[in-house]
Order: sequence, then C-alpha cells, then structure tokens
Amino acid sequence: MDRQQKQSNPDVLVVAAAKEDVRHVIGAKRSLRIALRVAIVLMLFTLAPAQKKSSCIECHSKLEDTRLSAPAKLFDNDIHHARGLSCNDCHGGDPNADTKEGAKDPRKGYLGKPKTLDIPAYCGKCHSDANLMKRFNPSLRVDQEREYYSSVHGKLLKSGEPRVATCISCHSVHGIRAISDPLSSVYPPNVAETCAKCHASADYMRGFPIPNDQFAKYKTSVHAKMLYEKQDLSAPTCNDCHGNHGATPPGLVSVANICGQCHARQAELFQTSPHKAAFDQRQFGECIKCHSNHAIAKPGDQLIGTFQGALCVNCHTTGDKGFVAAGRMRSRIDELIASIDKSTEILNRAERDGMEVSRPKFEMKEATDALTHARVLIHSSSPDEIDKIVAPGLAASAKGYQAGLGALAERSFRRKGLAVSLVFILFLAALVYLKVRQIERRQNESANSA
Amino acid sequence: MRIEALRAWLDERLSISTLAAMAQKKEVPVHRHSIWYYFGGMTLFLFAVQVVTGILLLLYYRPSSETAFESVQFIITEVKFGWLIRSIHSWSANLMILTLFVHMFSVFFLRAYYRPREMTWLSGAFLLFVAICFGFSGYLLPWNKLAFFATKVGTEIAGVIPIVGRPALRFLRGGDDVTGATLTRFFGFHVAVLPATATALITIHVLLVQLHGMSVPPGVADKNVKKMKFVPNFLLRDLIGWILAIGVLAALAALFPWELGEKADAFAPAPAGIKPEWYFLFMFQTLKLIPAKILGFDGEVLGIMAFNVVAVLLFIVPFVDRDPENLRRRLIFNVIGVFALLYIVVMTVYGYVT
Repeated sequence: MDRQQKQSNPDVLVVAAAKEDVRHVIGAKRSLRIALRVAIVLMLFTLAPAQKKSSCIECHSKLEDTRLSAPAKLFDNDIHHARGLSCNDCHGGDPNADTKEGAKDPRKGYLGKPKTLDIPAYCGKCHSDANLMKRFNPSLRVDQEREYYSSVHGKLLKSGEPRVATCISCHSVHGIRAISDPLSSVYPPNVAETCAKCHASADYMRGFPIPNDQFAKYKTSVHAKMLYEKQDLSAPTCNDCHGNHGATPPGLVSVANICGQCHARQAELFQTSPHKAAFDQRQFGECIKCHSNHAIAKPGDQLIGTFQGALCVNCHTTGDKGFVAAGRMRSRIDELIASIDKSTEILNRAERDGMEVSRPKFEMKEATDALTHARVLIHSSSPDEIDKIVAPGLAASAKGYQAGLGALAERSFRRKGLAVSLVFILFLAALVYLKVRQIERRQNESANSA
Repeated sequence: MRIEALRAWLDERLSISTLAAMAQKKEVPVHRHSIWYYFGGMTLFLFAVQVVTGILLLLYYRPSSETAFESVQFIITEVKFGWLIRSIHSWSANLMILTLFVHMFSVFFLRAYYRPREMTWLSGAFLLFVAICFGFSGYLLPWNKLAFFATKVGTEIAGVIPIVGRPALRFLRGGDDVTGATLTRFFGFHVAVLPATATALITIHVLLVQLHGMSVPPGVADKNVKKMKFVPNFLLRDLIGWILAIGVLAALAALFPWELGEKADAFAPAPAGIKPEWYFLFMFQTLKLIPAKILGFDGEVLGIMAFNVVAVLLFIVPFVDRDPENLRRRLIFNVIGVFALLYIVVMTVYGYVT
C-alpha cells in the first residue's frame, strides 16, 4: 500500500489519528512530569530554612591569619551553632553589616574578645539565666558560674590570677561540643587529658604549690584501666572526685565521702571501724591512706595481713591488737580462697571428662560471693564479722568439692562398667561369629556331599 | 509337646511357617561390594536404638521452656543410668545419620535404584529428610544455649526462601521468635509426626527391598554371582555388626558423654563461633562463603534455592539415570556423585577448622 492509498483508506486514517492522540497524551504526560519535578525542586528551596547571613563568618573564614580564621571554621561544629546561635550572640555587633566597621560597631553592642578575667561572666550571661537556658536545654544546670567561683580556679581568677582554667580552658572555644559528644574535650575519657594540659605541665604549673604528676599516676590506676581499656564511662576521672565547675581538692575530711559515692558499703563499714577514730586523730586521709589517691591500684589480698608488703604493718607492730586482727582476717580469706580453688579445680576436671557438674558449679557462686563479701568486710577491721561470712562460704565450697569427688567417682564407675561391658559385647560378637562359621561349614559340607 | 502345640496354634493364626519359608528363600548376592549391604540394616538398627532410648527419655523429659533443660539435667545427673540413655540417644542419632549417608551413597554408586527399584530409592530419599528433621527437632529439645541459637539460625535460613519462607518460619517457630512454643511443637514433631512418618516409610522401604530382592551392581551383574542365605547367614553377620555397634555406643557414651551446656536464654548474646550439627555444616559453610550479592540477587537466597534444587534432583535420580547400558550417563552420574561427596567432606572439614 503506497502513501496515497494509505491517505485515502479510512481505516488507516483512524489508526493514524489514534496514534497521533497517543503521542499527544504521552507528550502531555511528559510535560506534566517535568513541571512536577521543577515544582518539587522549587518547593525544596522554598522550604529550606533561610540561612542567616553572617558577615563575621564570611569575612573571618577568608582571612589568612589562622588565629582569626580558625574561630569561623571551628564554629561549624559548635553546639551553639547547632542551636541556631551565631557570633553576635556572644560577641555582639551586627552580622548583617557588609563592612568591618559596621559589623564591629560598638553602638550595636560589639564586645569583641573578652578578657580572661571576664570569661566566666561572659558565658554566664546565658548559662546562669534559667529562663533563657530553658529554651535550649531545660535540664541543663545554671549554677556553673556560681560553682566556678567556689573552685580553686575561680578563687584564683577573682584574685587576679589569669593562668587558671576558665570555661574555655576545658570546653574549648568556638568548637564547643556537647559533653556526650566523644570528640568533646570534656567527654569522660577525654577529661583527664584536658585537665593534664595544664596540671601535667611543670612549666605551666610553676608557682602553684601542687604536684604535676596526677595524670601520670592516674593513668596507672584501676579507674583509668576501667575507663580507657574497658570503655566504662561510669569509671571515675578527675571531675568525678574533684568536681567539675567547682573543682577543688577534696581535703582529708571529705575524701571518704567522695569515694563512698561509688564504694558505699566500704565507706559505711569504715565509719564503724576502729580505724575511723584513729585516722581522724592522726589526720590521715581515710581511703587514700591505704589506697592512695590518683594511682589507685586494683586492690588485692596482699594489701592486708602481717606479711612483708601488707599495708597493715605500716602502722601496726607485732603483737598489737590490730596486728593480730589483720593476721586473722588474712588467714580466713586465704583459707576460703584455697578451698574455692580446690573445689573449682576438681569440678573443672570432672567437667573436662564430660561429667555434668553445672549445678554444683553454679552453687559454688555462694562461696565466691562470700569471698567478695569478706574482702569488702575488711573495711570493718573486724575478724569476727569476716568469720561470719567466711564460714558459710567454706561450707558451700566443701559441698562443691564433694560434688566434684562424686562426679570423678561416677566417671571411674562408668569406665569400669564400660570395660566389663565391652568384654561381654566382644565375647558375644565372637560367639555369633563362630556360630556363623559353624553354620557355613555345615552348609558347605552338605553342599559338597550333595 | 506344649511348645509344638503353641507353635501350631500361632501358625494357624499368623502363618508363621509361610513367613519362615519366605525368609528361608531370601538370598543375598555375594560379591566384592557386598559390604555395603550391611549399612541399610545398621541404619535400621540404630533407628531401633533411637526408638527404645527415646521412649525411656520420655519417662522423665518435660517439654516446656521452663522445665526442658532441668528435666534433661535431672535425667543425666539423678536418674539411674539416665546419662547412658541420653548419651546413647544423641550418639546413636548422629551415627544413624552417618550410616544413612553411607547407605545412600553406596546405593547411588552401585546403581541400586535402576528399574524396578525407583520407589525404593524414593522412599529412602524421603527417609533421609525425615532423619534430618529428627536431628533438627531433637537438637532443640534439651533447651540449651547452643540448641536455641542453632534453631534460631536454622529457622531463619528457612525464612529467607521466597514466598513460602516467612509462613514456614512462623509455622516452625510457632510465632516470630524461637520461644517455648517452638520447643513444644518441635517436641510434637520429634515424638509423634516424625516417628509415624518414619515408621510408614521404613515399612514401605523394607517391603520393597523384600519384594525386589537385593540389587546386584551393573559391574558384577553379568558374572556368576554367588548367593548367601539371608537367614541365618546374612542376618547373623548383621547381628555381629549390631552387637559391635552397641559396644561403640557404650564406649562413646562412657568416654564422651553428650554435653548439656548452659540453659537457653533468649536475652543472652549468641555464643561466638556458633555452628550447627555436623550434617548441616556443609550447607552452613556454603552459605557463609557465598557472596552477599550475585548478579543483583541475594546470595543467601540463591544458595538456599540451590540446595532445594539439589534436594529435588536427589529425588529424581532414578528417573534421569535409568538406562544401565548408557555408559556415558553412568560416568556423568559417577562424577556428580564423587563431586557431591567431596564437596560435603571438604566443606564439613572446612567448617570445623574455621
């Protein structure tokens, strides 16, 4: 069919018209899709929050002097920036101005860089205002400034000493992060290092009558191991004992209260012990006398007793009441440890041999719990109290030992039983084998004779 | 005289003499591959051990998440010889799967599925799946930590099968998670559904073996094959194997008692390096090694689908390889069989050493 024929054929015309309609519909749909896409993009632009103009950021970020450009760059990650605050909320001035003079116009409240002595009040403008802070974080305390002035840092600052820590020394400046942010300088695992910036520097601390080995000692402590190695954020670091904004050495009187916040039972027992009065009388720091302060090692049983290296012999001499008590306490604890070790060893041996001893092993927890309890009771300095706990521990351990012995006896019984059974089984198999041979011999004989 | 009278009485009612005559007629071919004939009987014997020890365990076992672990603990620590029964049940289950595999591969390589034994092969293949289901369901019953997580992983694998996976997972678990409801239904499968199915299939399988007699492999079929009487010659040899199997089971139970482990805890983390029973290990290892994506498809799903295809192929073997004269096809099937065997062994060993 040529073109002319096609044009004159009514069927072909109908089909062509239909095709044309389809093309129109497809074209219209495509246009609609494009229009919709454009509309969506425009809507997104319209809905996006209007970025506030900040001539401070614009100019400072372009400056070559890093001292001046760093604040603008750091501010991107600052929690204040995240909450919608800008440079002028602290420094004043006009962020809408296009010139340096306009932006830093004192008539528009421009304050500039605060002096070190003014920093607590500078931050306190907002952080001490309960009504204002509620808008950002209702649970945040607003007594930091007041607390700060109760600290050694604050008191020295007030007296005109500028080398002490202020807000920005710990929290940094312009790049301030929430304390829950792992990159924050006051996130628990970073706190000690932050304090050490000043306190571990002999040069910086020259003129202040305190040592500068706290951080080095802290790193060897059991607390640091928990915090750094086990990533236990509840393990104490500097601020947990000294306070943070009100940082102060605890002093002899309050040191037990501080340790007692976590080690409550030990602190309670110590208060009832004969050591309490003796320590007070001699002006000994309660917990730190035996455990030290920053370099607190993991306590072990070697600390107690009358042997070389035990702490008790530092004050007590042979024959005195404390010496005898220390010896008794240590021997009872050693007795329980030896008993637990013996029982655990026999139960493990039985378990390795496939015996089911999970129940006696579970019941051994009674003995190990008693040991833990006895170790805590040392703080009461009372051998009688320790006896009361060690006795049931020894009984539980002895029960575990008996269970272990029973399991090993059962294992031997099984093996002997197996040996007897195998002899019988092999004998039976041999009998059947001989029977088969006999039957087959007879079958062969009868076959041959046939 | 009385015994004779009793025999006559029974014979009149049960036709014992007819059955005895049939048994007397039954013969077993003797050739260089005859050793493989014993594995079917050995599997049947181990199944009987399972039934007996399983019934004894049922006297004390309590199927609930609160009592299952404690009841098994009671069986192995307090019940007289309970440890022996439980250990024999576990060891015998594993040996039964092993002899079942040996039996299946020997039948495969010796072409015992050729006409007219296709249905014997089919019933055997079904029995293999029933045995695996026995293993999977029984593994959970002590309700220990390993079993709990192995069941969780196992049912999860079933759950990824397209379309039927999710309903199958919910059916198996009795809900979305492995709970006491899973234990109860696994117990039901293990002591009711599967034994009934297995008994029916074994009956069919054994009757078909009696009907068609022992198959003679194509390689020795043309030669003048000697015959051995089934009763008593072959049966007594079987008996020697069964007696020795009891010895092996007793030794394994006494020297390597089956562990109970720790009680299952849904909130505890899964133990490190968790592995399924050895007979699932080659599949588990394959799924571990398979890439996450293959040509845009989920690798794990493809792996599971591949195993399903292999399972279907296993059933249709006698209908594809049916011509004893077709040597080329026989060679191809030998290669497939050797590859499958090597794959299972290598992957299982690899699974254990990694």
